[in-house]
Amino acid sequence: MTTQADDELWSAIADPSRRRVLDLLISNGEVSASWLAGRVPFSRQAVSKHLVVLDQAGLISRRKKGREVLYRVEVNRLDQATRVMADLAAQWDRRLGTIKRLAEAAHAEATKMRTLEPRR
Amino acid sequence: MSGLAIEREVLIEAPIQVVWRTITEPDQMSQWFADRVDLVVEPGAHGYMGFGDQGGPVVVETVDPPTHFSFRWNHPREEDPVAGNSMLVEFTLTPEGDERTRLRVAESGHEQRDWPIAEKQRYADEHQEGWGEFLGRLATMLAKPSR
Repeated sequence: MTTQADDELWSAIADPSRRRVLDLLISNGEVSASWLAGRVPFSRQAVSKHLVVLDQAGLISRRKKGREVLYRVEVNRLDQATRVMADLAAQWDRRLGTIKRLAEAAHAEATKMRTLEPRR
Repeated sequence: MSGLAIEREVLIEAPIQVVWRTITEPDQMSQWFADRVDLVVEPGAHGYMGFGDQGGPVVVETVDPPTHFSFRWNHPREEDPVAGNSMLVEFTLTPEGDERTRLRVAESGHEQRDWPIAEKQRYADEHQEGWGEFLGRLATMLAKPSR
């Protein structure tokens, strides 16, 4: 079950460029948009757009330091995202496990019937 | 950009036709998905899935036996599931010999891209690290003591 907030979170993370930005923020702590722009293969303008989306999703926060704006990762929000993701994946693993069991049982049954038939 | 996408797969020791029936026949679906499944497996068909005393509408999108089956559902919400308010569940079946089938499932949200399969595959290849793996890696990084 997803909420509006989750939707924002997922679409924020769905973009590979934004994941790259998040990666850099995680490994480098608090940095500015221009520092990021020097380390990614896309424009400063694109970096700013990605930062806005990540901020709206609650994945990063910003603060002013002198004339600079610094960004950093919101660890709790990321942590929450990893847990929700793991739950959803586990749910599908359970469903696929049941499908496997049902299909293999049906197949075993059909094979048994086939091998019994000629003897009748 | 596509939204939420969870992809999982399983290898099943049964022929593709058997797996196809297991995932598409309503009385089978009620054993692995919802408690109650009222559904005609035809493209565009509207149905209902019940989970305990909750439930929601479901719309069948693709029925391409025995390799592709997909439907939209929006969890227990009362609106009609269309692109934008719902999750798309897509099953892909691939035979691996006569007696074995690989079953993949992807659940994705937000806008659905109506791309040809080959395009989708190319896109997936180019973005090898899906966000699921990304989050998995982050979880490991976050678990380390702070620098």
